[in-house]
Amino acid sequence: MPDFKPRTVYVTYIASTPEKVWQALTSSEFTRKYFWDRDIEIEPKLGGAFALKLPDGKVNVNGKVIGWDPPRKLSVTWKVEWPEDFRKLPECVVTYEIAKAGEAVRLTMTESHSWNVPEAILSGGRMGWPAILSSLKSLLETGHVPAIQMEPPREMIEAIKKL
Amino acid sequence: MTDAAKNSSFVYVTYIRTTPEKLWQALIEPEFTRQFWAATTQDCDWKVGSSWKLMIPDGRVGDAGEVLEIDPPRRLVLSWRNEFKPELKAEGFSRLTYLLEPQGEMVKLTVTHEMPHPGSEFIEKVSGGWPIILSSLKSLLETGESLEATRRWPEGV
Repeated sequence: MPDFKPRTVYVTYIASTPEKVWQALTSSEFTRKYFWDRDIEIEPKLGGAFALKLPDGKVNVNGKVIGWDPPRKLSVTWKVEWPEDFRKLPECVVTYEIAKAGEAVRLTMTESHSWNVPEAILSGGRMGWPAILSSLKSLLETGHVPAIQMEPPREMIEAIKKL
Repeated sequence: MTDAAKNSSFVYVTYIRTTPEKLWQALIEPEFTRQFWAATTQDCDWKVGSSWKLMIPDGRVGDAGEVLEIDPPRRLVLSWRNEFKPELKAEGFSRLTYLLEPQGEMVKLTVTHEMPHPGSEFIEKVSGGWPIILSSLKSLLETGESLEATRRWPEGV
């Protein structure tokens, strides 16, 4: 595998347990609520298949499990399949690390890239992850997920067109 | 966009189910900050040019600076220098910006902490602290309870 370097890191602390955070990251019952209606399909083993699917069944993200250590670490390769233009993007790696922090849980999301990815393309994840992970925190702490409307940033779409 | 060759910066975004007015109040009033910000309070009369101090519960001044811009409940900019660790104080003044933007039933809070030189140890230190403080602020406003670990000043610091 090529060398993937961390480019975007987001840390949040959640009043929950590592097991519940793990479950929220890996089951559709939860992802549908905090990850813009996406279902997750994940084979629970190293090398297993991973996908995020839209409500109409379209594959949004495809990948493979490259780190599987419940409830501590999950790492997947991440190839965007939809929207179509985004297929030009090389796959990245998304890693979630879960650790107990006092009575709470620290969740760290790291997005790593194997190429010299422009800031404009990174802006998509830098905009999306705080919304996704804020929603995950609200879901686990309050049972309620407020809607956050979001489109990929203009600068990202333009940068992808130029690839 | 930050020029990494010239500046050090940390940016954190969180979405909180509250109103800009309540979030503003929580960011400045002692009965809120004590709960989510390690039992600290701020000494400030919240006008442009006012001096600003972050007070540690034992009476020490943790950080100090002044109000550079204030537009409640939208934007607050402070100059900010560490006061209790000589090696961090020596770095001089950083700039802290809170930006509050309503989005439906949420408020998007963007916290930007910048130092006008590269490789800042101060920015590295605050990057480790902001996520738990702002996560706790979100918990406090959404559930009525802050995160337990942020309710007291850490021992030995």
